[in-house]
Amino acid sequence: MHRPSGAEPVLQTKDLGKRYGDRWAVRGLNLQVHRGDVFGFLGPNGAGKSTTIRMVLSLIAPTSGEVELFGRSLNLHRTESLRSVGGIVEKPDFYLYLSAVRNLEIVGSLIGGVARQRILEVLDLVGLGDRGRDLVKTYSHGMKQRLGIAQALLGDPELVILDEPTNGLDPQGMKEIRELIVHLARDRRKTVFLSSHLLNEVEMVANRMAILAKGELVAQGEVEELLKSGGQYVFVTGEPGTRIRSVLRGLPLSVTKFEEKEGGFEIWMDQGDIPSLNAQLVRRGVRVASIVPRRSLEEYFLSITEPQER
Amino acid sequence: MGRLVYSELLKTFLKKRTYLGFLIILIIVPLVEVVMKVEGGRYLSMTTRGLAMDFSILGNPFNGWFVAHSIMNSLWVQIPLLISFVAGDQLAGEATSGTYRLILIRPVSRTRVITAKYVVTVIYTVLFVLFLGGLSIGLALALLGGGDLFVIGRSIVVLASSDVAWRFCAAYLLASWGMISIAAIAFFFSSFVENAIGPIVATMGVQIVFLIISNIPSQFFDDVKPYLYTTYINVWQKCFMTLVPWDDVWKSVAALGAYSVGSFLLAWMIFVRKDILS
Repeated sequence: MHRPSGAEPVLQTKDLGKRYGDRWAVRGLNLQVHRGDVFGFLGPNGAGKSTTIRMVLSLIAPTSGEVELFGRSLNLHRTESLRSVGGIVEKPDFYLYLSAVRNLEIVGSLIGGVARQRILEVLDLVGLGDRGRDLVKTYSHGMKQRLGIAQALLGDPELVILDEPTNGLDPQGMKEIRELIVHLARDRRKTVFLSSHLLNEVEMVANRMAILAKGELVAQGEVEELLKSGGQYVFVTGEPGTRIRSVLRGLPLSVTKFEEKEGGFEIWMDQGDIPSLNAQLVRRGVRVASIVPRRSLEEYFLSITEPQER
Repeated sequence: MGRLVYSELLKTFLKKRTYLGFLIILIIVPLVEVVMKVEGGRYLSMTTRGLAMDFSILGNPFNGWFVAHSIMNSLWVQIPLLISFVAGDQLAGEATSGTYRLILIRPVSRTRVITAKYVVTVIYTVLFVLFLGGLSIGLALALLGGGDLFVIGRSIVVLASSDVAWRFCAAYLLASWGMISIAAIAFFFSSFVENAIGPIVATMGVQIVFLIISNIPSQFFDDVKPYLYTTYINVWQKCFMTLVPWDDVWKSVAALGAYSVGSFLLAWMIFVRKDILS
């Protein structure tokens, strides 16, 4: 998704940090989210994404730095700043013994009162219109996620913060949430801050993103730019390896370099030449097992994430 | 603020565990009173066994007022326990269920949130104590009828039937005030833990330890007693003295009020600075 970024930051963090004992969960974080952005906030589990979101939503106090929402310091103008923000932090939890409508009434009372019509509207928007009177304890995980988005949208906020909103959903549920995010940004003019550990999810909906690893920012910018700067390559596996190597050496295609790695070949080339590459390999008697187009950002992201997840 | 209190009332009074205390009272009080009616004067003779050698008791002091007064003794341990079920859950319950993350990201100050919760805790406590009073007095009078009230304590007081009703009303209002201070302590414990069991156990621990200290005749503990709320929580008993010592009553009311306000302020200080990690 490609959307122009406005100049005005609606969310900014300045040297934001949170320390627990000797360990910095987040350190020196400088984020800028502009009006109209769908901002992907990427990082592996434990990178500090939720800690950052908790600081942005004033659930925890920063150890250092500050958060600015709509140009105002969150610390000094908490109530005014949060008036235009809605969000989900980690998994959406509700009063299970109450209905969805009652839960939203309670949220409504905390944002200055919300008309019943608005409650029904947001339930319809997330596809829970016919289940609003049911107790939340009867909801599936996916329905709770959707109710989480409904409560985030209840006050018609300008900035919607979604922390791993597709967690635990089936592919269809994930697709629906992604479509909803695109709808919010494109048709309802919301700024969306989307935290995720899935690069492809962010790629599909975000126009800007930041990558967090071990509590520190490692990349931030336009998704397209970040992807472009990384370049593209294909990863080929097949047998015999010696023949693949010789084919690649004499290939009249756009190959700029190749490297043998992890039981296959990383081939830096124009991805439009993949069918020709496949044809050449097969013609020269290579038994091709797979040809996978990859981007270096994905590799970069994995190189950051994998060592920590082990 | 009205909206916040209303939503806290919804949360509290639509939760089944809120009615656990009411249900227990609804079972125990009729059971005790019916048994007392069936067993007749056995309970009275047990209570007055020691007095029978020195006094000759004429008439029938075993009436509804006497039974209702006896039930008020549950205000020492049983009622505080039931109140702490709800008061201790007010803040810790949100942590346990993860709903702090739902309510504390809103454009409303934590001070207003905790105040609304405290107001609801007070409302619950008063309703609960008055429910106990209404049920125990109403049922006891229906089963055993009225008459003069025979109060057996360190001394024996006989109050004329015409002089009893207002004393019960005053006693239950003062008992509500005392129970609010216990609820406030449970509320305070609730502010810094993430599980409602902790505040209940801690509140009962404090109540029992303070009661023990209050009842030990010792010079050492005498110096401590003015600082314990249990020294004042028996204020309701003063309503059943021949002449109610109003100065003492107001002093106790002020001390219990200070405990309630102090506990709330401590809870507030913790709550507004608390990192929500649940």
